Amino acid sequence: MADLEKFRNETRAWLEANCPAEMRKPMTAEDDTFWGGRNAKFSSEPQRVWFERMRDKGWTVPHWPKEYGGGGLDGEEAKIVRQEMAAIGARQPLTSFGISMLGPALLKYGTEAQKSEHLPKITAGLIRWCQGYSEPNAGSDLASLQTRAESDGGDFIINGQKIWTSYANYADWIFCLVRTDSTAKKHDGISFILFDMTSKGVSTKPILLISGRSPFCETFFDNVRVPKSHVVGTVNRGWDVAKYLLQHERAMISGMGERGVGRPLGQVAADSIGADEQGRLEDPILRGQVAAFEIDEAALAAAAERMVDLAKAGQGHPAFSSAMKYYGTELNKRRYEILMSAGGIDALEWESDRSRGGARPRAWLRTKANSIEGGTSEVMLGIVAKRILDLPGA
Amino acid sequence: MALILTEEQSMLRDSARGLISDQAPVSHLRHLRDSKDATGFSRELWTTFAEMGFCGLLVPESHGGSGLGCVEAGIVMEEIGRTLVPSPFLSTAVLAASALSRGGSAAQKSEHLPKISAGELLAALAVDEGTKHRPLQTKLQAVRSGNGFRLNGSKAFVVDGHVAGLLIVAARTAGSAGDRDGLTLFLVDPKTKGVATERTVMVDSHNAARIDFGNVEVNADHVLGEVDQGYALLEGVLNIGRGAVVSEMVGLSEEVFGRTVSYLKERKQFGKAIGEFQALQHRAAQLYIDIEITRSAVLKALQTLDGDVANASAAVAVAKARAGATATRAVQEGVQMHGGMGMTDQFDIGFFMKRARVCEELFGDANFHADQLARMRSY
Repeated sequence: MADLEKFRNETRAWLEANCPAEMRKPMTAEDDTFWGGRNAKFSSEPQRVWFERMRDKGWTVPHWPKEYGGGGLDGEEAKIVRQEMAAIGARQPLTSFGISMLGPALLKYGTEAQKSEHLPKITAGLIRWCQGYSEPNAGSDLASLQTRAESDGGDFIINGQKIWTSYANYADWIFCLVRTDSTAKKHDGISFILFDMTSKGVSTKPILLISGRSPFCETFFDNVRVPKSHVVGTVNRGWDVAKYLLQHERAMISGMGERGVGRPLGQVAADSIGADEQGRLEDPILRGQVAAFEIDEAALAAAAERMVDLAKAGQGHPAFSSAMKYYGTELNKRRYEILMSAGGIDALEWESDRSRGGARPRAWLRTKANSIEGGTSEVMLGIVAKRILDLPGA
Repeated sequence: MALILTEEQSMLRDSARGLISDQAPVSHLRHLRDSKDATGFSRELWTTFAEMGFCGLLVPESHGGSGLGCVEAGIVMEEIGRTLVPSPFLSTAVLAASALSRGGSAAQKSEHLPKISAGELLAALAVDEGTKHRPLQTKLQAVRSGNGFRLNGSKAFVVDGHVAGLLIVAARTAGSAGDRDGLTLFLVDPKTKGVATERTVMVDSHNAARIDFGNVEVNADHVLGEVDQGYALLEGVLNIGRGAVVSEMVGLSEEVFGRTVSYLKERKQFGKAIGEFQALQHRAAQLYIDIEITRSAVLKALQTLDGDVANASAAVAVAKARAGATATRAVQEGVQMHGGMGMTDQFDIGFFMKRARVCEELFGDANFHADQLARMRSY
C-alpha cells in the first residue's frame, strides 16, 4: 500500500510538471484528438509536447510491456495513472484502434515477431490502424463474411469489400477478417490478417452520414497480395481472435457513456435554459431527466471500475463487456438527447460559427451509431442472455 | 481500494448466507405472518445474530463490538434481503449503533452499546412524520422544561418501534420546519409517561410503529449530540442506514431475478421453454445489467461511507435512487414473467414485491434522492 501511495504521489507530481495547461481543457473540436500515423499532424504545439512526453515515459499505453514502448505498469499502477489524469482533466495523448483493439489481440495471439514489429509503432503513434470487420451482408451476423483470401504459395490473395471501416481513408494498416475456407462452417473458415493499406489493390470511399461527416468508409480489396506470415493466430481460427478483440472494442465504446465531458450535464443545461429563484433548472421535467441521467452515469462509472477490479482478481465474466457496451452506448444517446433538449433552438444550427459548425447536433447524430457499431444493442442483449444467463436457444 | 470484496468480507458473506438461508428462508417470514406473531420477528434468531457478532458489527471494540464498517453491514443486509428476514439488524445494529457511536457521550455509549452488541437491547430511530421521508421538515417539538425538555408530536414508520427498548427521536428545538439548524436528537425510554406506541402491520409483513409523544419529559442528559445541531449527525446516520437498505435491495433484486430466470428455463409454452423467446431474453438481460450496475453503485457508496461519512451524500443518493429503480423493475418483471403464478400468495415472488415497495419509501425514494443529487450539483 505504501508503495502505491508513493507511486501516486510521483505520478501526480510528474503529470503536474509535464501536462501542458491547454491539454487539461475539455476537448471541443475533432482535431483535439491525436490519432498518430504516417500522415499525422499536431493541431497545436501543446498537443505535440504532451504526446512526446507521454510517449517517452511509456504512458501512451501505461499497462503494456516496456519492451514494446509501454509503461510496464501493473493493473493497480495503471489505475492510478488513469485516476490522476482524470483528476486534472488531462487528455489522452494518443487515441488509436491499435491501442484499444489490435494491441490486446496481438499481445494474446501474436507471434513474437508480430509483436515486436507492430506494438512499438502503436505506442509511438507511428502507424494508424483500421478495422476490417463488417461487410454489406455481414453486420450483426458478422461470421457470414464473404471477403475471400485464396492461397498462392507464401501469400494470400484477398478479394472483397468491407464497410463501416472507421477512418479507413486515414489508416496506414488494417486488421481484417477474411474467409480462408469456404467449405467449413461459417465460424471455422475465418482468418485474422494484417496488411498495409498502401498495398496494390486497396481502395477506400468515405460514406456520408446523417451528421454530415464521413467517419466511416467502404473499403475494397482487388487481388491484394499479403504474406501468410501476417495471419494472427491460426489460419481458419480467426474467429477466436475476432471475438477477443471485440470484447476490448466493446469496453472502449462503453466508456463513451461514463466519461463526464467537462461540466456536469445539469450545469450545462442550466447555462442554456436558466434556473428558477431557488437555483433549480427552469424546466422541472428536464431537471428530473438530467438527475436520472447523472445517477446512471455515476453508477456506470462504478461498474466500469468494478469490472476492471473483478478482471484483475480473476472473477470477471468475459461476456460482461457486452453488458457494459449495451448500457454505455444507450446512456450516451440519452446524454445527447438531453443536450439537444437543453440546447433548444441554439442546438439546431448546423453551419454557423456561433455553433462551431453545428458541433452539438452533429455529435448528437453521431451517437446514434454507438448502439449499432461494435455489435448492436440487440446483439449485446442476446450475448448476455446466452453466455451469462444461460437461457435456452439463445 | 479495489471495488470488490476483500477475502475477509467474502468470508463474512459466506457465513451470513449460510446462517440466514438455513435458519431464515422466506418461509420464516411466511410463518411469522401467518401465525400473526406478536412481535413479527424471531428473538431466537436475534440471539444467534448476537452470537455470530452481527449485532455489534458497527459497535467499537471498546464497547463490545467488532468495529467493522458499512461494507460489512451491507454484506449482512444483502443476505437479509435475499430471504426477506424481518430482523432488527437495520434498526438496532445499523441505525442505533451508529447514532450512539458517532454522537453519544461516554456515558451514553457505555450504557447502551454493550447491550446492543450482546443482543440485549433493541432500539429504533424515529424520524418520519408526514407521508414522505422529509427529515428537514421535522416538526415534533421539544421545548425546554425544568432540567430537560418536553416533547410533543408524532412519528410514523418507526422501524421496530413496537419492540424497541430505546427510541432515538429527532425533534425540533428551534427554528421551523425546513431549517437545518434547530434539530436535536433525544434518547427516549418508550416506557416514559406520554409515549403511546401503535404497531403498524405493513404490506411487507415487516415491522414498524406509529408513536405519539404527549408532554413527554426527557432529561437534558438524554440529548444525543448537541442541542440544535443534530442535523449533521442525523444525516450521517441516515446515510449509513440508506447504505444498509440499498444493500438489502440489491440482495432482494438478485434473488427475485435468479428465481425468475430459473422459471424462464423451466416453464414451457408453445412446446418450448419460455426463456427461448427473444422478447423475454432481452428483458432478462436488461434487468441483469441493471442489477450489476446498481450493485457497483451500492458498493461504491458503502466504501465511500467507510472512508468519510460526511462526504458520502452524493454516492449514497446515487445508490438509493438506482436501487429503488432496479428493485422496482426486478419485482415487476418477476411477477410478470411468472405469469398467473406470480400473482398467487403461494409463490414467494409477491413477498419480494411488497418488501421492495417498503424499501423504496424507507429513507427517501428515488425521486427524493434524484432531487438531492440535483441540489448538491447546483441545478
